[in-house]
Amino acid sequence: MAFDAQAVSDAVAEGIEKIDKASSLDELKTIKTQFVGSGSVMTQASKAIGSLPADQKKDAGKLMGKLRADFGRAFGTKQEQVRAEEEARELAAQTVDMTLPLSRKPLGARHPIAKVMEDIEDLFVSMGWQVSQGPEVESEWYNFDALNFGPDHPARQMQDTFYVKGNQSKDAAGFVGSNMVMRTQTSSDQVRALISRGVPLYIVSPGRVFRTDELDATHTPVFHQCEALAVDKHLTMADLKGVLDKFAVAMFGPEAKSRLRPSYFPFTEPSAELDLWFPDKKGGPGWIEWGGCGMVNPNVLRSAGIDPDIYTGFAFGMGVERTLLLRHDINDMHDLVEGDVRFSEQFVMGE
Amino acid sequence: MPMVDIDWLKDHVEVPDDLTYEQLAKDLVHVGLEEEEIHASQVTGPIVVGYVVDATPEPQHNGKIINWCHVDVGEAYNAIDEQGNNVPRGIVCGAPNMAAGEKVVVTLPGAVLPGDFRIEPRKTYGHVSDGMCASERELGLGDDHNGIILLRHYGFSPKEYEALKPGDDAMHLLHLDQPLLEINITPDRGYAFSYRGVAREYHHSTGAAYTDPVKELAAKAPVTAGLDPRSVTDIEVSIEDDNPIHGVAGCDRYHARVIKGFDPEAHTPNWMRRRLIRAGMRSISLAVDVTNYVMLDLGQPMHAYDLDKIEAPIVVRRARQDEHLVTLDGNDHALNPEDLLITDSPDGKRGSRVLGLAGVMGGLYGEVTAETKNVLLEAAHFDQVSIARSARRHKIPSEASRRFERGVDCKLQPAASQLASELLERYGNGEASQHPTDVNRTGRPKAIAFKASEVARVAGLDTETNTISDILTDIGCSMAGGGNGVFSVTPPTWRPDITEPCDLVEEVARLVGYDEIPSIVPPAPVEGAVGLDADQRHSRQVADELAEYGLVETLSYPFVGDEDFRNFSYDPSEIAKVSVEIANPLAADRPYLRRSLLLTLAQTVQRNLRRGIENIALYEIGHVYLWDPNAPAIPAFEGGKLPTDDQLAALDAGLPDQPKHVAGLLTGMAEQSDWMNAGRAVDWSDAVEAVQRIASRLGATIALEQLAAQDAPGQWHPGRVATVTSEGKAVGLVGELHPHVDEQLGLPEHSAAFELDLDALFATLDAKPVQARPISAFPPVRQDLAFTVPAALPAARLQNAIEQAVGDKLEGITLFDVFTGDQLGEGMKSLAFAVIFRAADRTLDSSDSEALRKAIIESTTPLGAQLRA
Repeated sequence: MAFDAQAVSDAVAEGIEKIDKASSLDELKTIKTQFVGSGSVMTQASKAIGSLPADQKKDAGKLMGKLRADFGRAFGTKQEQVRAEEEARELAAQTVDMTLPLSRKPLGARHPIAKVMEDIEDLFVSMGWQVSQGPEVESEWYNFDALNFGPDHPARQMQDTFYVKGNQSKDAAGFVGSNMVMRTQTSSDQVRALISRGVPLYIVSPGRVFRTDELDATHTPVFHQCEALAVDKHLTMADLKGVLDKFAVAMFGPEAKSRLRPSYFPFTEPSAELDLWFPDKKGGPGWIEWGGCGMVNPNVLRSAGIDPDIYTGFAFGMGVERTLLLRHDINDMHDLVEGDVRFSEQFVMGE
Repeated sequence: MPMVDIDWLKDHVEVPDDLTYEQLAKDLVHVGLEEEEIHASQVTGPIVVGYVVDATPEPQHNGKIINWCHVDVGEAYNAIDEQGNNVPRGIVCGAPNMAAGEKVVVTLPGAVLPGDFRIEPRKTYGHVSDGMCASERELGLGDDHNGIILLRHYGFSPKEYEALKPGDDAMHLLHLDQPLLEINITPDRGYAFSYRGVAREYHHSTGAAYTDPVKELAAKAPVTAGLDPRSVTDIEVSIEDDNPIHGVAGCDRYHARVIKGFDPEAHTPNWMRRRLIRAGMRSISLAVDVTNYVMLDLGQPMHAYDLDKIEAPIVVRRARQDEHLVTLDGNDHALNPEDLLITDSPDGKRGSRVLGLAGVMGGLYGEVTAETKNVLLEAAHFDQVSIARSARRHKIPSEASRRFERGVDCKLQPAASQLASELLERYGNGEASQHPTDVNRTGRPKAIAFKASEVARVAGLDTETNTISDILTDIGCSMAGGGNGVFSVTPPTWRPDITEPCDLVEEVARLVGYDEIPSIVPPAPVEGAVGLDADQRHSRQVADELAEYGLVETLSYPFVGDEDFRNFSYDPSEIAKVSVEIANPLAADRPYLRRSLLLTLAQTVQRNLRRGIENIALYEIGHVYLWDPNAPAIPAFEGGKLPTDDQLAALDAGLPDQPKHVAGLLTGMAEQSDWMNAGRAVDWSDAVEAVQRIASRLGATIALEQLAAQDAPGQWHPGRVATVTSEGKAVGLVGELHPHVDEQLGLPEHSAAFELDLDALFATLDAKPVQARPISAFPPVRQDLAFTVPAALPAARLQNAIEQAVGDKLEGITLFDVFTGDQLGEGMKSLAFAVIFRAADRTLDSSDSEALRKAIIESTTPLGAQLRA
C-alpha cells in the first residue's frame, strides 16, 4: 500500500475530532483502536513509509511523528478529563447526609458533685497539697473528742448526728453508746491525717458526711464537704485568707473573693464564718455564706501529739452541694441527690 | 435563739435614735453575733388612741350585752356627719370593761391584725361598727382576751397617760410597728443570751457607750461576804455534792433571798409583759415574769419558790438511786445519781424532798402560786457539764439549762437577785430581805499567761501591744504585767470560754477586725509525696472510663431496709446481722447501711424508670459498710492528748470495714434502634465489657470465673454470673440479675450489673512502670484454628491453653466464630480463633508454624478439644 499523506492526515484529524466528542473511557478505547490500532490508517501509513523512495522517507517520517503527537496529546488530555469526570460521578453517587443524628457510642456523664470534688483536689494538688480520705462510719473520738468537742460540749448535741448501733460501750459522758457515728463533718479526718502523716501537713479532704436533716429544697441528710488543713511552723490567719481567696477564684471566677466573720467552732480558735463575694449572684453581686474556718485549736494539735507552741495551723471546710447550687443556679437540692440521669447528663464529663 | 429588741437594748448601751434593725444586725454580725432573721411587724395600721365619748349598753336577744359607743379617734380619723361635722366614730364593742371616759386602742378600717384579720366597717347588732376596740390577743401582744386594752392600766405614768390624745399612733405606742432581730449565739458566748451581753457586744462593734447594769446592782445588793458567821440569813442552804463530775462541784454558789408580804394579786407591768412577749416568752404571773425578765436582761436563770412551803435547810445534792421528780411540765423523771437537785427538809429530814432539777427545771412542789405571799428567790451557779448532762438525759432543754450549760457569770447572783427584788418590791409591794443567804465557793478565773506576740503568730496581725491590752481590758479582762510583752490576763467572770492564749487572740482579732488581716498564699512544702496517690488516680480512671463507656454516674444515699433486701432476694434477718445499723434513722424502714452498692443504685434506677426514662445505665463509686457482729466495742478517750498506739488501734478495731466499691446497673437497650442501628437489648455482655474496660484502663489483668448454677448467689442469673478475679484474687461479680430480682425491682429482663471492690482490685495492681517489649519488624503468620469442644468448656480456658502453647510468639488471638449444630454431635460446640504468630528475631517459616500447631494440639487436647482445621 502506498503512503498517502493526505489520507493519513485526514484520518488523524477525524480521530482527534472523535476524541473531542468522546465522553467515556470506553469510547476513547474504541477510538484508540480505530485510529492507532493495528488495522488503522496510521499504522498502515507507518508501514508504507518503508516502501517510499529515500528522499521522501524523511518528510513522511516527520509528518507521521507530528500526527502521532497530535493524536496522543488530544487523547491523553481527553482521557484525563473523562477519568476525572467519571470519578466525580462515582463520588457524587457516594454523597451522604452528614447531618443525620449519630449515637453509636454516646458518652455517659459524671456526677457534678464527684467532678467538682476532683476539681477542688486538683487546685490543692497544684499548690503541692495532698488529698486525704477518712472513714464515713467513724469513732466519736475522731469526729468529736479529738476536735475539742468534749462529751458535754453543747455543740456536740447540736450536730444532728446519726448514731450507729454497736457492741455496747459507754461514751465519755457515761451514756450508753457505741462511740461510733456517721461522721458529721470531714473535719473528722484532721486528727487522723495529723497522726498518720505528721507535720508539716497540707491536706484537702473531700468526702461524704451525714446529718439527720430531712431532704428538702436546701437540706439533705447525706452531703459532701471539702476540708482543708495546713499545719506547719509560721502559719497565720493571713495564710488562711490567702488560700481562701485563691480557692474562691478557682471555684467562682476571677472576681470572687472571700471575707471572714467572727464565729465559733470547737476545733478552731480564732474561728470565722467564710463569706464569698459571688459576682454572679442572682439579683446582683453580693456576699453569701460558704463555709467555716479558723486557726486550728491547740487542743486539736495536742490530740495528735503536736506541740501548739511550735506549730500553728489553719483549717476550713465548705459544702460541695452549696457550691454547686450557687454556681449552677440549681434551685432544688432534690436535683442534686436524686440521681435523675437528665440532671447529670447536662454536665457530661464535667465542665 | 434570742430576740433583740432595740427598745430594751437601749437600757444598757447608747444606740443612735435612728438605728434600724438592719443596721443593728450588721453591727452585731461584725463581732460574731449572726443574724438569724429580722422578724417584720405583723400588724398594719391605722391603729390609734381613741377616747370613749359614750358607751350605751344594749342587751341582746341572746343574753349578751353589747355597748354602742362613740369613740373620738382624732380629727384625721373621725367620721363626718350629714352636716359635715367631724364627729366620733360609732363602734360596737362587746367587751365587759368598755366604759365611757376610757382611752382605748382602736383599729380602723384598713388595718390588718395578726392572722390576716382585716378590719372593715361592719353591720352588727343593728349598727354599723366603723372600727374595732382591740384586746391584747387581737393585736398579738399577749394572751389576754378578757377585755379590751384600757390604756389607763397600761403602765403609763399619770403625766404620760394625760398626754395621750385621740388619733395618736397606737402602733408606735405599743411597739406594734417594731420589727425584732433574732440572732444566733455560738456555744462559746453564753453571756450573749442576755441584753447585758448583747449590749456589750454592740459596744465592741460600734464603740457606743456601755454601762454594765451589774455594777450598780451589785453595789446596791446587801453585803453577804465577810459577815459574822453567827449572823442570821434568810434560809440555811447547804451544798452537799458527793458525786462531782470531773471533780467539779455541781453547785459553787447559791444565793437565796426572801421577799415578804408580796401581793399575789399584783400584775406584771405592761412594759415588762411587752418585752417578755416580744422575747417569745409567755407572761404567767408577776413573780415568774420577774425571774424570766432578769434572766433575759442579765443572763442569770432564777427560780422563785413559795417560802411558806419550803422547810429549811435547802440542800443542793446529787440524786439517789430510784428517786423521781415530776417537773413543772408534768413529766415524771427517774433521776440519775449524776443529776443535781435542789431539795428541802420537811419534818427535819434533811434534803428529803426534791424541789427541782437544779438549773434545768423546777418540780411541781414549792412553786409560787396565786396564793404565794412570801417568795424565796434562788440565783445559783451550776457546773456546765452537770447541767448539760441532766438536760440531755431528761430531754428538757430549758431556757435555764441552755444558759447554764454555756456558762453563767459566777459573780452575777447578788446583782440578779437585787434586780428581781427591786422589781418585786416595786410592782408586787413586797419587802426584800437585807440578809440574803449567799453560799459562795467560786474562785477567781484562772489567769492566762499571754504573750502579746501570739496575736501576730496566730492571727497574722501586727497590732501594737498597747492596743492589745486596751482591747482585752475592754472585754472585761484584768491585765497584769506587760513587761517584755507578756501579760497575766484574768478573764472576766462572764467569759468562762476564755481559758487559753488562743481565745485571747480571737478576741483581739475580732475586735481589730478580720478584714485587717492580710492575705498570703503559703508556699508549698517540699517534703512528702505530691499529687494524687495511686488509688485516688485509679478511682478517677474508673469513674471517667465508665462515663466514657456511656454510663451515668450517680451518688445514692447508703440507707437500705427490708424492702431492698427482699427485692434482691436476700434473707432480711440474715443480712441485717452483718449490716451496720443506724440508731436514729431518718426513715424507720431503712435503718441499715448498704453492704452492696447495687441495692441503692437500683433505687435510683427505679426512680428514673418511674419518671418515664428508659434504657437507664447508671454507675456509682462509693463505700459499703460491712458489720462484724464480733467487733470489739469502741472505747471513749478524752481529746486534747494523743492516745497510745494501743488505744488508737482500739478505736479503729471496732469500726466496720468500709471498702470502696464501683457498681453498674444497665437496663433496657444497650444500643438504641435508629436510622442506622437495629438496636440491641442489654445483656450480660454489656456488664462484662464495662468490667473489661475498667481493667484495661487500670492495666489490671482480670479473669472471669463463671459460677456453676448451684453456686450462683440468689441475686444473679444462675447461668449468667461470674466472679471477677485479678491476680487470682476475687474482686467482684458481673453478669445479669436474677429474673426474680428484675421482676421484684420492676426492671426489664436481662438487666445486667457488676460490682467490684476497688480497694481489693487496686491492691492487685503493680505500681511499677510498664516494661516495654521490643517491636518485631519480621512478618506475621496468620492462621485460623477451629476446635470442637465440649459445650461446657469456657472459651477463656481454651484460649488460655492456646496462649500458653504459643508463648511469646503469639501476637494476637481473636475468637471469630462460636457455633453449635447437629453435625458436631451432642453436647459439643465449635470455637474458631484467628491467631497471629510473630517472632522477635526472624521470619517464621512453615516448619515453625507446624511446630506451633503441634504445641497447640498438645495443650488443648486435655480439655477435650479437637482441632478441626
